[in-house]
Amino acid sequence: MSRSFLGMPAFPRAAAVSTRDPRLRANLAHATHTIRDKRARAVAELDDWAQLRAAGAAVKDRTLRHLDHYLEQLEESVAAAGGHVHWAADADEANRIVTRLVRETGEREVVKVKSMATQEIGLNEALAEAGIRAYETDLAELIVQLGDDLPSHILVPAIHRNRGEIRDIFRREMGKWGRPAPEGLSDSPAELAEAARLHLREKFLTAKVGISGANFMVAETGTLVVVESEGNGRMCLTLPETLISVVGIEKTVPTWQDLEVFLQLLPRSSTAERMNPYTTTWTGTTDGDGPRAFHLVLLDNGRTDTLADTVGRQALRCIRCSACLNVCPVYERAGGHAYGSPYPGPIGAILTPQLRGMAGPLEESLPYASSLCGACYEVCPVAIDIPEVLVHLRERVVEGGPVTRRGARVVLKPAKGHAAERAAMRAAAWTFDHPGVLRGGMRLAARTRRLHPRRLPGPGRAWSDTRALPTVPAESFRDWWRRTRGDAGGSETGGVK
Amino acid sequence: MSGRDVVLARVRRALADVPRGEGPHDPPVPRDYRRVHGSRTAEETVELLAENLADYRAVVHRCAPAGLPALIARLLAARGARTVVVPAGLDPRWLSAAEVAARPDRATDTARDLAAVDSVVTGCALAVAETGTLVLDAGPDQGRRRITLVPDHHICVVRVPDQVVGSVPEALPRLAPERPLTWISGPSATSDIELDRVEGVHGPRTLEVVLMAADGEG
Ligand code: SF4
Repeated sequence: MSRSFLGMPAFPRAAAVSTRDPRLRANLAHATHTIRDKRARAVAELDDWAQLRAAGAAVKDRTLRHLDHYLEQLEESVAAAGGHVHWAADADEANRIVTRLVRETGEREVVKVKSMATQEIGLNEALAEAGIRAYETDLAELIVQLGDDLPSHILVPAIHRNRGEIRDIFRREMGKWGRPAPEGLSDSPAELAEAARLHLREKFLTAKVGISGANFMVAETGTLVVVESEGNGRMCLTLPETLISVVGIEKTVPTWQDLEVFLQLLPRSSTAERMNPYTTTWTGTTDGDGPRAFHLVLLDNGRTDTLADTVGRQALRCIRCSACLNVCPVYERAGGHAYGSPYPGPIGAILTPQLRGMAGPLEESLPYASSLCGACYEVCPVAIDIPEVLVHLRERVVEGGPVTRRGARVVLKPAKGHAAERAAMRAAAWTFDHPGVLRGGMRLAARTRRLHPRRLPGPGRAWSDTRALPTVPAESFRDWWRRTRGDAGGSETGGVK
Repeated sequence: MSGRDVVLARVRRALADVPRGEGPHDPPVPRDYRRVHGSRTAEETVELLAENLADYRAVVHRCAPAGLPALIARLLAARGARTVVVPAGLDPRWLSAAEVAARPDRATDTARDLAAVDSVVTGCALAVAETGTLVLDAGPDQGRRRITLVPDHHICVVRVPDQVVGSVPEALPRLAPERPLTWISGPSATSDIELDRVEGVHGPRTLEVVLMAADGEG
């Protein structure tokens, strides 16, 4: 059973461990550079990328600013199409709902489509406690699950494993879960994929319950959308009798037409393809085709707290493309596990502390896991100003201030002299102790300077400010940031070609 | 309070900064992105579709309607396919030359029954040229979603140019959201192992697309 992210050490300690692993670093560098370069080519094919990006950001902003309206509309249209809608304020409630729904089917096994929302709430562990086995069916997630491991990348969760390790895991573990690996399994990717195909097919053909997330939910029509490559998604979405989808409330978009924006932005940003191999859309249930029962569990779990922060709320625009990971010099060295949540890299550094309400040393160190080079913002297809949010969250750590936790306003104490501050300081120091990170950041910054003259050369200086942090600076980062950038810090869109 | 009330109340509190007068259609979404990229004749659009399909490793064939049965027969024979599942509304002439046991898609078929089938032949709802995508909408000549998923070989016939659109924005208005849709761009693929692309993890390993021109007799 795969481990959960709970109890992860703070970023610097985790990062220190992973940067000592040369294989991990080599795998990561290879992966991030390959995807990064391919992505740039895929994006360059569309001469209206800037407009699409602006539209994508605007659609998401519009949804977020009226989320109550769109959620109610979504609920109504899903119900009208024969689906059942459930609401979960936190992880426990979501896990209870899903466990109950599975129990009601009388089944003890479920097949799962890769879903970060269910990782976030620790669903597999919760189901295991209730005596229900959840099988991950995405190839990379299968590798992670069989290896009793944690995912390390949004798009390629097992990127920290190479083919030899994967073969060993398959040989050793597959038999414990179902059909064993074929005799004499080699480490060729084709053979490994075939072994996964055979192993999982048994599960698909017998599973009565499927569990998924969704990439988008259309309020107007009640349609859910899952974007994937392997076909395991289609298997889980269409073969079982019951389908349960656990989806963060921020995945809502208002109209069917809005999909035209995201179905262009997501594949190119994510896998650098014109279109991913498979996209499935479904609206409630359809007689004779697909599951007979459909349940949608709408998940809050910190999203409304994030929404309450007018600077940080833009993180909820994220469409989980992973482009920001692949350009991040810190992620490239630290690896995904260091971020202590299913959301690694730059998006994890702003999302995790907000979802969890800056509740501990890990959350308080994450805003420091960045060189503020701005590359993440440049590539983000929905123009999330990640550096702006990082600086804002650093200010919260250092100066304290109001945050929302489980719907209630609380005031964070300044971190001065506090364990959290030490954690944050160690994270900043960690970044400084890794000159490669600095160079990587600066190199990217230099390359994109032409596109964003107003943003740079800020990063380097912001960074040195960070370093001088043991005492609270006279000027907050945010003020400094705004003053030196010379504007009010609104989100610029359309920076990427 | 129910989970629903809790979440909605939190959302409303979180959005206290949104001015009262602002409606759900504000702020406006700039839609100055392109409906289609570049200008092409219908013929060029079909060419682009063929190119992009092939780029994603679908195998592309072309024929006139009169040649379709022979072509399908040849493709199935080349695979050594003996059993073929077909949607209930597929034109029976399409398989008239093939020496295979064509079996209709039946609601009583289990996934396991389908796993024993060699190939599937379908039409489509439309195809998107810029992305090399086929869209199936479970129409009578496409059948349930599972029949194009479980067998290892899928032959999909696209009527050109009628069923071909240029771009994703041109595709969506022609599709009905209440129908289950499957968008297919190339055969199933994974890059999860050291980023090496491997085709066919779960969906059909081979996708053959027949671009059937509208001219000529049926
Ligand atoms: S923050 Fe932007 S770039 Fe990063 S995963 Fe989300 S959408 Fe993609």
